[in-house]
Amino acid sequence: MINIQDLNFHYKANQPVYSGLNLELHKGNIYGLLGENGVGKTTLLKLISGLLFPTKGQCSTFDFEAKKRYPEMLEKIYFLPETYTLPKIKMSEYVKLYASFYPKFDHNKLAEYVNIFGLSNTKKLSEFSHGQQKKWLLSFGLATNTELLMMDEPTNGLDIPSKGLFRQLLAGAMDDQKTIIISTHQVRDLENLIDPIIILEYNQVLLNHSIDEISQKLKFVLRENQSQNALYTEPAMGGFWCVEPNSDSVESKVNIELLFNAAVNNKEFFLKLFIQK
Amino acid sequence: MDYKTDKPIYLQIADFVCERVLQGIWKADERIPSVRELSVTLAVNPNTIVKSFEYLESKQIIFQKRGIGYFVESNGLQRIREMYKAEFFNEELPNLFKKMKWLDISMKELMSHYYN
Repeated sequence: MINIQDLNFHYKANQPVYSGLNLELHKGNIYGLLGENGVGKTTLLKLISGLLFPTKGQCSTFDFEAKKRYPEMLEKIYFLPETYTLPKIKMSEYVKLYASFYPKFDHNKLAEYVNIFGLSNTKKLSEFSHGQQKKWLLSFGLATNTELLMMDEPTNGLDIPSKGLFRQLLAGAMDDQKTIIISTHQVRDLENLIDPIIILEYNQVLLNHSIDEISQKLKFVLRENQSQNALYTEPAMGGFWCVEPNSDSVESKVNIELLFNAAVNNKEFFLKLFIQK
Repeated sequence: MDYKTDKPIYLQIADFVCERVLQGIWKADERIPSVRELSVTLAVNPNTIVKSFEYLESKQIIFQKRGIGYFVESNGLQRIREMYKAEFFNEELPNLFKKMKWLDISMKELMSHYYN
């Protein structure tokens, strides 16, 4: 679906964001894209959608070279950025202007989402609160019904009940023909939904694996004392959470926050365990 | 066991389904909610629900009718009871005995509560 090969990118010539990045994404998945600040998560989403061009190497999206920005590719992509400015128009006018770019746009679903989020057409979008604007863009984005949906920090700005609603809407909008990529720091907001997990690190991918594959290789256990072979430990009620190599094939629940901390503290180990063949 | 883990989500969902059957909410030969319905209700990745259903199918607790959905096996309830009984005797009961020892609770005391 998305194929990135030996890709280089930089904003400033002597500061590469990527050199030799390889990444392959397949349809039917809700990818969780994780990484510390500044590793280039947003840059990656922009390269995939053709908003930025690689300085070397290839990024193909639906078998199109992303940087060519073919309309046949763009009509299959919706990208919700982290920051945005909404125009001084009402929701109904916004739909008239932008829905026609998406051939599979679902107006019934949009009405349903708008209703669920409790948005009303009385005010202009620019007069909406930050959270309401986010709800609008999430509603519109899900209603575009595109094969590729990319969202940068989608739960930022949402109140607690809306986060729950969003999780349900996202689950309902997913099908095996779609690919959803969610870049986020709020992994707890989307736990149980994002799978596979991609962990991006300076210049490299530390992990691009399903929860299942991760739980085969690592176990997440609560021990009374810190274990010797733990890759990462964290004090908790009743002892320490430990991330350890899963040498005895224990099936445990993958805790994404612990996984992330284990990965960024053991980069070489993770590369050997997951990426290098 | 000197450590604790949380069950993987797919097994937690399998438990959710089994408990519904144990409670008699979902009955033998009846259709259970679809992958999509459960995915939305529980806000869980649809692929995880698929894995749970495959697991329950392998344990002969549910079965699939092509194009219609998943149904509870006619003796699914018995199978769940057997599975849970094994879990009860292997894991929960030893824990109970351990606590009884710690708290100095005799069998007699326990029985008196049972018959109340």
